[in-house]
Amino acid sequence: MGRQQGRARTFTRRSLLLLGGQLGLFGVLAGRLYWLQVVESEKYQTLSDTNRISLRLVPPVRGRVLDREGEPLAVNRPNYRIVVVPELTGNVGATLDALATLLPVGEADRRRIMRDVARKRRFLPIVVRENLSWEDVGRVAVNTQDLPGVQFDVGFAREYPRGMDFAHVVGYVAPPAEADLTGDPLLELPDFRIGRNGIERVYDLAMRGRGGTSQLEVNAVGRPIRELDRVDGDPGQDVALTIDAGLQRFCMQRLSQEESGAAVVMEVETGEVLASSSWPSFDPNEFATGIPAGLWRELLADTRGPLTNKVVSGQYAPGSTYKMVVALAGLEAGVIAPDHRIHCPGHMDLGDNRFHCWRRGGHGAVDMVEAIQQSCDVYFYELSRRVGIDRISAMSRRFGLGQSLGIDVPGERAGLMPTRAWKEAIHGKPWAQGDTLVAGIGQGFVLATPLQLAVMTARMANGGRAVEPHFARQRIEGGSLVDRVEEPAPSLGIPQRHLAVVLKAMSSVVNDPRGTAFRARIDEPELAMGGKTGTSQVRRITAQERATGMRRPHEVPWNERDHALFVGFSSASRRCASPAMPAPSSSSTAAAGPPSRRRSRATSCWRRRGATAPAGRCAARAPPARRRPEGRATHGPARHLRRSSRRARARRQARLGELGPRAAHRARVLHRLRDAVLGRGRQHGALGGAAGRALRRRARADARRRAGAPALVACARLPGLRAGPAAARRPPTRSTRWACCCSSRSRCSGASAWARSAGSTSASSSSSRRS
Amino acid sequence: MGAQRWIDLGFFQFQPTELMKLGLVLVLARHFHAMSQEQVRKPHRLAWPVLLGVVPALLVAKQPDLGSALLLLTLTGALLFLAGVRLWKFAAVVALVLAALAALPLAWSRLRDYQKQRVLVFLDPEKDPLGSGYHIIQSKIALGSGGIWGKGFMQGTQSYLQFLPEKQTDFIFTMYAEEFGLAGGIVLLALYAAILVYGTMIALVARSQFGRLLASGIMVAFWVYAFINMAMVTGLIPVVGEPLPFVSYGGSALVSLLVSFGLVINVYVSTATRRSGGPATRAGPEPGRTRRAGRRASVEKAKPLSTSPGRLGISPARSRNRVGA
Repeated sequence: MGRQQGRARTFTRRSLLLLGGQLGLFGVLAGRLYWLQVVESEKYQTLSDTNRISLRLVPPVRGRVLDREGEPLAVNRPNYRIVVVPELTGNVGATLDALATLLPVGEADRRRIMRDVARKRRFLPIVVRENLSWEDVGRVAVNTQDLPGVQFDVGFAREYPRGMDFAHVVGYVAPPAEADLTGDPLLELPDFRIGRNGIERVYDLAMRGRGGTSQLEVNAVGRPIRELDRVDGDPGQDVALTIDAGLQRFCMQRLSQEESGAAVVMEVETGEVLASSSWPSFDPNEFATGIPAGLWRELLADTRGPLTNKVVSGQYAPGSTYKMVVALAGLEAGVIAPDHRIHCPGHMDLGDNRFHCWRRGGHGAVDMVEAIQQSCDVYFYELSRRVGIDRISAMSRRFGLGQSLGIDVPGERAGLMPTRAWKEAIHGKPWAQGDTLVAGIGQGFVLATPLQLAVMTARMANGGRAVEPHFARQRIEGGSLVDRVEEPAPSLGIPQRHLAVVLKAMSSVVNDPRGTAFRARIDEPELAMGGKTGTSQVRRITAQERATGMRRPHEVPWNERDHALFVGFSSASRRCASPAMPAPSSSSTAAAGPPSRRRSRATSCWRRRGATAPAGRCAARAPPARRRPEGRATHGPARHLRRSSRRARARRQARLGELGPRAAHRARVLHRLRDAVLGRGRQHGALGGAAGRALRRRARADARRRAGAPALVACARLPGLRAGPAAARRPPTRSTRWACCCSSRSRCSGASAWARSAGSTSASSSSSRRS
Repeated sequence: MGAQRWIDLGFFQFQPTELMKLGLVLVLARHFHAMSQEQVRKPHRLAWPVLLGVVPALLVAKQPDLGSALLLLTLTGALLFLAGVRLWKFAAVVALVLAALAALPLAWSRLRDYQKQRVLVFLDPEKDPLGSGYHIIQSKIALGSGGIWGKGFMQGTQSYLQFLPEKQTDFIFTMYAEEFGLAGGIVLLALYAAILVYGTMIALVARSQFGRLLASGIMVAFWVYAFINMAMVTGLIPVVGEPLPFVSYGGSALVSLLVSFGLVINVYVSTATRRSGGPATRAGPEPGRTRRAGRRASVEKAKPLSTSPGRLGISPARSRNRVGA
């Protein structure tokens, strides 16, 4: 019994102790519960919300790229996809079989789908086919009851309706690479694309837009249960380019007949680029859906460089197109006057070296205008020797050469304007006098891109103001687009009389029978242009070749042929209202619009062709072939209205050549008026009535037949005529002056052909801008 | 994890650990019932009970089922404690445990990977938020977001949205606390405490050592389950996967619990019948009666006891209070 008691007592004691301990630990638990559920409650509340609320980004729509008139150049096309959700279909294989009867599902696709089914979570959709047409979507949609688990999804894919024409300017988009990920979650969305090249890249941030968010309630495996909230983002902004799609199309068409070339047309007063074409080109739509590796390799390997934008990246020796800068440098330095004559015997000796002029026998005694007109090398050897390379370089920098212009297209190259210091620094050798001579004709170390030459021409044509080129109407400021404010460009400080000499010389290049581009002149006075041809050698002409005669272009391998260049500008007079008729329809611009300010387009032409200016030679030596001017009626009811004879006109020109520019211009206008009144001359438009209409119709047909391309017939209209519907659509525009530059690898035609196309380009451009 | 905890008998599965638990308590109780107090004090007499406890624990730990092994060891320890083993021996054991902790690095390498993970993750659940820490993190989030009054029945977002794994077994308390808050948690704790107190009272008034040890052993087992589960769920101890008694889903745990409570009731009933005159002389209430019926019956029968001061050395007032409560 005592044993029992003792045991019981011990037990009781200990049992109570144990109970106390157990209850104590329960108390600890209660305390822990209090801690979690009261003290730290907010923290866990937040966490539980984070658990169940998933923030999804809604991708924004990318902004478009538009041309000058608002035509879309880069748009977002809906990309219809068919997806299959394994959870909703019992047997993925059977569903795919059923789908295959409506849409082709390839073997590789099938394998990929089955792999994804095994790997991914069951409620995640798996893409079966992308980029479906609407018909395909419809066909599948009608049969959805037989296709369990098949759903539709729509994304956006980038499309370039103009394809190759704008490949270099607009660029293309691609998914962001590792290096581009900045932590912005938008970039990690599967459909997201960023600009890789061209305008798409430069204006990328503004075109992206801002993503919206949608709050979804999700469960632990991430399956969305329902949408709690949605905030829509902002779509990207549209970028309006200054480029004219019609003009660009025309340029590409012409360039496509050559091996490789580039052309750029810009406005002289504002610096807006109207066309920028580089040939060969590629189709940017290939990049949007993932370019096939074979095509990419092909593009990379092509020696003609389809992926480079030759307009801004192609550096060439400017050749004779550089001579105007040398002339201006000489005038400013005071080492020469416009009427000083230098004798060109065909070569010039400097020490032991003989520097040749392109013309074997030389040009004789030429002054500045004639030297530019006939592109005399010896004159410029002498001039550059007098001026010195540093002053030439300084002058060329004022005209935009040798530096980056800060344009809104990537890939710009700065070209090269050598100086003494530069040669010391880079080559470690002192500058030689011979280098100056060679630089004076635009060869040697001198390099320029077509855009820079166009800017140079524009700056000359607009009266010596530092116009800056740009490709888009807006510019980026703080991540969004702001319209550019048109400010008058600052003056370069070149005296007007110097510029006048040079401009007159450039005009005579095209319009004077002795000019190297005479064959390419445009007869319509409103579209008259001035310019300069140039040829840049890529290899030295050997003594043997000099002795036996130059090789024809087609005998030389393609990459050894010289570049052929042409820079030009519209030299139309101030008074001209310059309306022009569009090719297909005959509406006119309002002549009622004030022909006040001129806007010129500067074009620089590049062309890679064969011999050094044989066309120029021909044009200089032989009398110009007797051509019928465009639109001239030689048969039909109006043939009695032939205009004044060629000889008379030539006489008139010679007489005009003796007058100063103002007087000549006045005289020209008077002559035109007289011709119009007397029923002679080129002004068909001055004739009213049925005869006039018939004439015009005939003239248009002739022109179209002749040119092939949508060339124009300019119909000068005296003020007061009817304005057509086109004009009613758009407010009267200021008349524009252009400058252009084109280059190509021609196999046969001379500079004139390109100058002509530059002229017709300008004509068609002004027309397309009117319409 | 490949734990071999279940034996598949074709039409149902059962866990031998549950049987072991019961068996251990019964055997140890019987063993100490036969030993006197002096015998209990001798160390050499303890070899057999310790062996009885430790060997199954080791076997179970090899399953591997760490939780049940710990439970068996705790049971053994508790029963030894209650049987009257000298305290200094426990101190010695504690010293041993400390020495083992000192040798932790050695033991660390013997732990399996997932057990190591469990300890590491326990110390910092954020280390593996999507893997093994996931349970603890989710459990704490769900618990904490319950607040004082909870989110409401069936409104628990974490459990409803499947963030909480094992919500019907190991983490049932979390779901309950998320939906009913601190108030609900305290209520459940109070209920468990009440059962504990009742059970211990039954043990205290039992007339034989066997009865006492049986009842308190079962109560200790019950308490260990409840405590381990709730502590695990609130992040106080590493996850060991013990169910919450009477709340968690699971057939075999419930069966063994009910069996053990049946034994406790039996202890009480036999106490009552013994007091009122022994089982042989009169027909006492059947053992299978419900507890409530048994209590009322024993209240009536206990009244005569109040007059005689307990042969068991229990003061009448205390006994009355306890029994009649």
